[in-house]
Amino acid sequence: MSDAPLLRLRALEQVFDTKKGPVAAVGGVDLEVKAGKVLCLVGESGCGKTTTARAAAGITRPTAGAVEFRGKSLTDMTPGEKTAYRRAVQYIHQDPYAALNPTRTVASTLTAGLKRHGLVKNRTEARAKAAELLTLVDLTPPESYLDSYPHQLSGGQRQRVNVARSLAMNPELLICDESTSMLDVSIRVSLLNTLGRLRDDLDVGFLFITHDLAVAKYFAWDGEIAVMYLGKVVEHGPTPEVIGNPQHPYTKALIGAVCEPDPDLARANRSSEQLRSAEIPSLTDLPAGCAFHPRCPAFEPGVCDSTEPALEGTGAAGGRRRVACHIVARDQRRESVQHAQSRDDRTLVLDPNKSPGAAWSA
Amino acid sequence: MTTTLDPALNAAITKPRKHFRESFLGRLWTGLTRSPAGFAGTVLVLAIVLFSFVGPLVIDQHNPTDTTQIWTSPSAEHWLGTQYEGKDTFTILVNSGAQPIWVGTLAALMATFVAVTLGSVAGYFRGRIDAVLLQLTDVTVTIPQFLLMLAVVAFFEDIPPWGISIVVGSTMWAFLFRSIRAQVMSLKEREFVEAARLQNLGASRIVFREILPNMAGFIFVNFVISVNQAIYAIVGLYVLGLMPSGTPNWGLMIHQSWSQNFYLNPVALPFVVTPLIMIVLFTIGLVTMGRGLDQALNPRLRER
Repeated sequence: MSDAPLLRLRALEQVFDTKKGPVAAVGGVDLEVKAGKVLCLVGESGCGKTTTARAAAGITRPTAGAVEFRGKSLTDMTPGEKTAYRRAVQYIHQDPYAALNPTRTVASTLTAGLKRHGLVKNRTEARAKAAELLTLVDLTPPESYLDSYPHQLSGGQRQRVNVARSLAMNPELLICDESTSMLDVSIRVSLLNTLGRLRDDLDVGFLFITHDLAVAKYFAWDGEIAVMYLGKVVEHGPTPEVIGNPQHPYTKALIGAVCEPDPDLARANRSSEQLRSAEIPSLTDLPAGCAFHPRCPAFEPGVCDSTEPALEGTGAAGGRRRVACHIVARDQRRESVQHAQSRDDRTLVLDPNKSPGAAWSA
Repeated sequence: MTTTLDPALNAAITKPRKHFRESFLGRLWTGLTRSPAGFAGTVLVLAIVLFSFVGPLVIDQHNPTDTTQIWTSPSAEHWLGTQYEGKDTFTILVNSGAQPIWVGTLAALMATFVAVTLGSVAGYFRGRIDAVLLQLTDVTVTIPQFLLMLAVVAFFEDIPPWGISIVVGSTMWAFLFRSIRAQVMSLKEREFVEAARLQNLGASRIVFREILPNMAGFIFVNFVISVNQAIYAIVGLYVLGLMPSGTPNWGLMIHQSWSQNFYLNPVALPFVVTPLIMIVLFTIGLVTMGRGLDQALNPRLRER
């Protein structure tokens, strides 16, 4: 594997023209996916996760910025390189019911790409390969699935067929767009385990999109999480860091919203800061300054609504941690100043043991 | 990416299981036979097709003009009586079915083929080719179909039957083109088409193997309706007396009954009514069969 990351999104922007005016679905996203690693994109509905994924998969052409595969921008690729990229990067749709052609059998769906790209010589070989793929995604015994039609399969089985189809191309990168969100919880984990095996055994890189932090935590523990809000990455870092020690107020809100089966823990979580508003601003009319400020519990007039915060490294986790928040950045500057000037009487340090709200209101 | 497979399984894997119920013809068969109406329609259509195509081979083709037998009532010898030349009406009826049916079917085949091919190309690729084809259908739709047929038939007097098929077919494709184009435009946005595109399967495979099979029921039903329309158009041309009167034809029988006032003669009733009954029965059969086919080929309806 070369040093260049498998996939790099460089200042990716996607603006859609609508009747209500231009909609900046993605406004400048910089991310990387490495081979055998997982990058999880989390965020609420409409924050641009899927749009980012679709641009990364080459389904849509970004309005600005670049998608680079192995250091080569999609727009600069020769047709041959483009074909290689098409094969190496596979996309798994959210809806397992819509992503399979209802008129084709599982075998026919799985072998179409194999035949087209000359990966198999004849029908027998194609069927054997299809059976192998089905075994790989735990649809065993394969011969009881090969001649089935999608409507004869359950949701989980269909999604496995979708995964198998993308694996037929020997992908290096799988882009999963909420691929587990339509599945039953019981099936979700087994599919995640299947995907995890591909990641570990076949060194497949993942751009994994989800709105479910539990899934992100489970699947991307060794990888990274990028939290998106209204088209921008607001926090990015290694998964244990982001989940265990969230910095951005939005990440904190997301983590606070995860359902907790333990009532005591749930009560403890509830005491943490509440959002000021549940309403998501319209993408056609983004708030000035930080897009999150109308909802942010740490909002400070004059700071947050004037300029847009940049996604800056916090210095934690070997510089792999990035947060886009004026308040966090200011607190950190003060923290370093404090360290330099021994003590100040006001505690402005973000202490994970204290209530974050107390620190912010100081 | 290699997994070893149980060799015992290998045999089962390499042989595709052929289940009749799942194959296209099997689905067609179950769909046609399951609903009573669809079954009745199919039987009706098959019966009339057999009557018109196998019948002429079975019956005695010797049907001479007999001046002593002009306009007789039905009898054991002449099941439907005799016509104005003393010929057997039943023999004429049997010989008259083949032409309208095959000419109509050919016209519908051509119209459906053109509409499906051009419609899916236009709907999938859009752009300039779509604009040009759309303009073409606008023009085609604006021309009064029957008048065009009349003009062409009147201009080429000795037009062969397949020529009639082309004329009739060329007036029918535009409407089907539009609906096929619209359906392809909707289907191509579906995720499974996107998945096929992401696998670089190639445009022709995507259009003809991924998208079109999803419209098989729709295309089939429209084909059946087109056969109906084409037969009406052809019979209409005959009734108006615009076609060469060489081959026996139901339309020609109606034309004679009408232009020579046979319908005023009570004894001529079988000669006047039977071709009408045949056409009406064939039409009803086609429509009910079409409905059965729609259910057979539409996966959503099939599941119920």
